Amino acid sequence: MIQEVGTTEQGDLVVNLGPQHPSTHGVLHLVVTLNGETIKKVEPHLGYIHRSIEKMCESLSYRQFIYVTSRMDYLSSHINNHGCALCVEKGMQIEVPPRAKAIRVLMGELTRLASHQLWWGAMAMDIGALTPFFHAFREREAINDIMEETCGARLTMNYMVPGGVMADLHPNFQKRVKEFINFFRGKLHEYDELVTGNIIFKSRMEGIGYLSPEDAVSYGCTGPTARGSGVSCDIRKLYPYEVYGELQFEEVTATGGDCFARYMVRMQEMRQSISIIEQLIDNIPEGQFQAKTKAVLKLPKGEFYSRVETARGEFGVYIISEGGTTPYRIKFRSPGFSNLSALDHMARGHKIGDLVAIMGTLDLVIPDIDR
Amino acid sequence: MNKEELKIRLESLLVSPTFEDAAEWLTVIIDPEVWEGFARQLRSTEGFDLDYLFCVTAVDWRTHFTVVYHLTSTVHRHMLVVKARLDRERPEIRTVSDIWRTAEFHEREAYDLMGIVFTGHPDLRRLFMTDEWKGWPLRKDYEDPVNMIKL
Repeated sequence: MIQEVGTTEQGDLVVNLGPQHPSTHGVLHLVVTLNGETIKKVEPHLGYIHRSIEKMCESLSYRQFIYVTSRMDYLSSHINNHGCALCVEKGMQIEVPPRAKAIRVLMGELTRLASHQLWWGAMAMDIGALTPFFHAFREREAINDIMEETCGARLTMNYMVPGGVMADLHPNFQKRVKEFINFFRGKLHEYDELVTGNIIFKSRMEGIGYLSPEDAVSYGCTGPTARGSGVSCDIRKLYPYEVYGELQFEEVTATGGDCFARYMVRMQEMRQSISIIEQLIDNIPEGQFQAKTKAVLKLPKGEFYSRVETARGEFGVYIISEGGTTPYRIKFRSPGFSNLSALDHMARGHKIGDLVAIMGTLDLVIPDIDR
Repeated sequence: MNKEELKIRLESLLVSPTFEDAAEWLTVIIDPEVWEGFARQLRSTEGFDLDYLFCVTAVDWRTHFTVVYHLTSTVHRHMLVVKARLDRERPEIRTVSDIWRTAEFHEREAYDLMGIVFTGHPDLRRLFMTDEWKGWPLRKDYEDPVNMIKL
């Protein structure tokens, strides 16, 4: 049962945060038990945007189900599609052409940049700084325009298909991405000047929401949340897919384990993403952008699991096939779901204002959690 | 440890274990009765150190359920998949939320959508569906004429 809102016998105050609260970015409902202003317990109530995507996928073909996954973590839609395409390719043993591999990685890194930009703006806004939000959206707009030109969409991309990508790159793509990288590098410096060194910002972030490496692993945290605690968990490095194995980039980790460490990991990741894009943008191989595949895909009987690194952490696709044209059972292991489970542990003992900062650095996307 | 080494080590832990060979990662099928003790051994035995449970899910095979645990080690980077076959009438298995904290949420999800009862779970309630919801949506025989659209 949902805990009653009001005062408990011990004199604690139970309040609702969300589902209609601006800092919960969507429909996350937290029931918070407070002693004065100190948090004693945070209980997430999920399901306000649950669409049972896993059930839906059981009646969709292996080409169709990929589109549904754009609606999960809508800020990493390219990477979600990528994970699903990889899983189907693993089952069908399709060899993806080199050009498609490079395009996929480029799109993935642009998505990561766009996602981290939105996170940066939204998180700063949550803790009271409104200006960064407008800065972040200005730069994100440039990425969305680039995406729109090639994919025809700005949010739910549906660009990755089993065997490659849906269409070839737009002729302007390389030129515009280079322009954007040059422009954004300067802006990243501006981000640091505006927020990172800000004394008020730092005092809201440092020492808040500590997560030890052991707890990060035990709670199944991935992505910048776990890397902020010093846990090495970047799927791109540990289990390289596509061309990540051939690229020069570093897995960013920090040892602080607090909100500021997670913040710094994401800021550094943006620089790494820029570096990956720069290495690839002039080296996109010529050739096919899609392998030849049958119109109707049939996965052989068996189980297939693929893992990719989204902007939030590890995204897993687990397909159980009975040999038909639709999956028998499909499971999406979403990064936000596991990261959220650590929220209660991180928030206890802090003030209610810090809860918003902790949620901000977890970078929660609710449709990704509810599915 | 690679797949073969893991297999040999597991044979010393379990009484006549069954393996699935076709899968990408080593898959061991266990009796639900032994799961709790086995899980503790996997977590803390030196050489295994399977400290990271990254996926818990349940599959409805119409005649029975299978609970699937995907485990990996942040120290050795090896993978292990553990499966347990549960009775369809009484789908019960011991919780591992005290061993891997992440299981608390994942098991609640499996309970909510598939109706698997995890005994000893600290807070086994509906997670996505409302508290009054009837039935287990991810089961193959689930019918909902109002909310479900058949393709």
